[in-house]
Order: sequence, then structure tokens, then C-alpha cells
Amino acid sequence: MYETSYHRASSVEDAVKLRGEHEEGRYLAGGMTLIATMKQRLAAPTDLIDLRHIPDLAGISIDGRNVRIGAGTPHAEVAKSDELRAVCPALCNLAGMIGDPHVRHMGTIGGSIANNDPAADYPAAMLALGATIITDRRWIAADEFFVGLFETALEEGEMVTAVTFEAPEKAGYAKFANPASRYALTGVFVAKSADGVRVGVTGAGANGVFRHKGMEEALGVNWAPDSVAGADVDPKDMLSDMHASAAYRANLVKVMAKRAVIAAG
Amino acid sequence: MSKVTLTVNGRTVSGECDDRMLLVHFIREKLGLTGTHVGCDTTQCGTCVIHMDGRSVKSCSILAVQAAGAEITTIEGIAAQGELHPVQAAFKEHHGLQCGFCTPGMVMTAVDMIGRHSGQLDEATVRHELEGNICRCTGYQNIVAAVLAANQQMHGATRQAAE
Repeated sequence: MYETSYHRASSVEDAVKLRGEHEEGRYLAGGMTLIATMKQRLAAPTDLIDLRHIPDLAGISIDGRNVRIGAGTPHAEVAKSDELRAVCPALCNLAGMIGDPHVRHMGTIGGSIANNDPAADYPAAMLALGATIITDRRWIAADEFFVGLFETALEEGEMVTAVTFEAPEKAGYAKFANPASRYALTGVFVAKSADGVRVGVTGAGANGVFRHKGMEEALGVNWAPDSVAGADVDPKDMLSDMHASAAYRANLVKVMAKRAVIAAG
Repeated sequence: MSKVTLTVNGRTVSGECDDRMLLVHFIREKLGLTGTHVGCDTTQCGTCVIHMDGRSVKSCSILAVQAAGAEITTIEGIAAQGELHPVQAAFKEHHGLQCGFCTPGMVMTAVDMIGRHSGQLDEATVRHELEGNICRCTGYQNIVAAVLAANQQMHGATRQAAE
């Protein structure tokens, strides 16, 4: 790891100020991606601004069907929240499938979506739930937030502080995990609400997380596992690597969508 | 350089280190507690698992400065008065190790797991929760048996004490 200087932020304002003072600095949430990347010398921020000790950043609040999850909430807290499970169990299940118990104790929802790894779990859920990403300066719809591979709508120094969404009538997540890393080779989150059906796909798309409009329409007409069978998933739009070819991933998208609908019930 | 002060196995300790020093290296090199191991260095193997503020974490993926002010428990800190912790005893009894390199991480993972599930542990849950710990000797069978036996012993003992 290259040299770096550590700063512990005490509030969101403090963090944004510190970040502004260090052009080549980075926010550090749970560090489950960033520290690993720094160890491999694939990232070399001059300064780290630790967000883990900002009291307002963690926690889940639920008001009726309205859910708000602080950016600093670790996956383990999302997974075990009884309040969240009562309105959106699919998101608890998703959080419980990320990494392993130790990663879930440190890794946070804010870190995951700000990093927008093309194989991360949360971005699929944020898209399918039609979530809004709250930052230190504005609200961004998930549809506008996830731009491409490791790319988001966040401006330089902008920090995710929370996510919010209306709990859907039904939702489900299914993932085919890479057996070594536990990242999604393909993961599909489906959500059905009064406004229709939304389908978020992670791990598979060549340009990162995406919505599959064909499946959304098919499931909107008939909410049943077999509805996705006829959907058109073009291998040309899929990632291809040593773990899975584009054609294999294209097939997995349908299989995971089917399982996600089954999970949603 | 930063001065890091934290509580390790009940003792307050301090040390100077580079901001980039990993917690596992601080524990091993600055504090001389070499029970916590470094296996893969890529956050996958789990030999470096310790408890930070009561939760299992991988100390190879946390900077020592991030842990400043925290309460840390390592494998050296779980046996009370020279008596093996029930999880350690179960690993011995059920032969849940061969070479022993992964064992400190396995034991710390098991202690955390048993604590979080209030006695409601079954084999499938144990296997799911061992995903972050790799053993290249045992095939996991005896590790799972040890965790389940320790769970029964610890929660059985709690029930008896409560009665």
C-alpha cells in the first residue's frame, strides 16, 4: 500500500470540508473495497476521510411504507432489521448475501452504491426499488445515479448520506454468486408496486447495473416466474470474463429473474 | 505517523504506526500477538478474524488507525484463567483442525456466530456463515461439528445457569 494520511470525520460537514482540502483524497466508509484496492496498489489516495464515526450516518428509519437507510449502515444491520423485514424482506435477504459475516459487519450501503461495482448487490435493488440517493447536497433518482462501471452521478467530493424508497408490494432478489468472491456473477432484483414492475440486474451488464424493460413489461402483464422466459437478453450487452461468458450470463439473467419472482411470491 | 491507542484483550495499549499500517500487522508486530494470522492478504481467507467492538472483522482489511479507540479481542484473549474457551475445547474435542493455520480465525468466527444466533444454529447456517473462512485441510466437516457442539454447550450452560 502506498502512503496515505488518515482523517476521522466527526460530521457530514466536517467530512465534506476535509475532502475539499485534499484533492486526491477519498472517503472511507467500511473500507471493504477501498482498503483491499489500496493493498493491491490499484488505488492510492493521498488522504482517507473516515466516515465510520459520524453518528448521523448509520441507522434505518421506517415511516409507514417509507424506508430511509443511512449510508453508514453496515450490511449486517440491514440484514437483521426486523422493522425493514416487515416491509421489504427482499432487501434484508440481499444484505445477508453480501460477502461474508465479517465483510457484512464493516461494509456499508453507502460505500457499496458510491463505488458502483458492476457486480455489487445493492445497485440492482436501488434501481428496482426506484430508490432516491441522498447526498450532502441533493437528491438523485437511482435511474440517474448509476452511470456505468464504477461510475456514478456523484460530483467530486459529493458524499452519499442516505437512501430512501417506498416499500413495494412484493420484491425478491436472486443471485448466482461467484463462489470465491461472493460477488454476483448475475443478480436480479424484482419489485412490484402500484406503479408497475421494475427489474434491476447486476453482475451481468457490460455497462454495469441496468433495468430490463422487456422483463418489466412481461411481469407487469403477468406476475409469474415463467413470464420472463420469453424475454430478450442480448449476449452482446453482457460482461464476459474467466468466470462466465456473455452467453452464459445472458441465460443467468433469465434464470435469476425467475428465481427472484419465486422468492418474491 | 499516528499514535494509535486501543483496548486489546482488556488492556489499553498504544503504538506509533504509519497511517497505512493494517490492523493485523499492528497486532502482530507492534503488540507481539501472533495468534492472529495473515493468510491470503486479499480479504478472502479469514485467518485474520478478530473482534472489534464485539463484531467479527477481518483485521487485514482495516487500518490500525481506523481501529483507534476500539475494543479488540484476539484469539489470545478468549481463554479465561488458562481454561480453554468452550469453542477452543470443541475444536480440540472434535478435531476441527489439522495444520492449525486457519484455526484462530475459525475460532473467532465461531465465537461471534454463536453469540449472534442465541442458540438457534443449525448446520446450514454454520456452513453459510463460514463462507469467509477458508480451511485447506479438514474439508470443514469437523469444524462444523465443533461449532455446533460448542453452540450446544454454551447455550445449554446458559439455560442451566438461568434455571
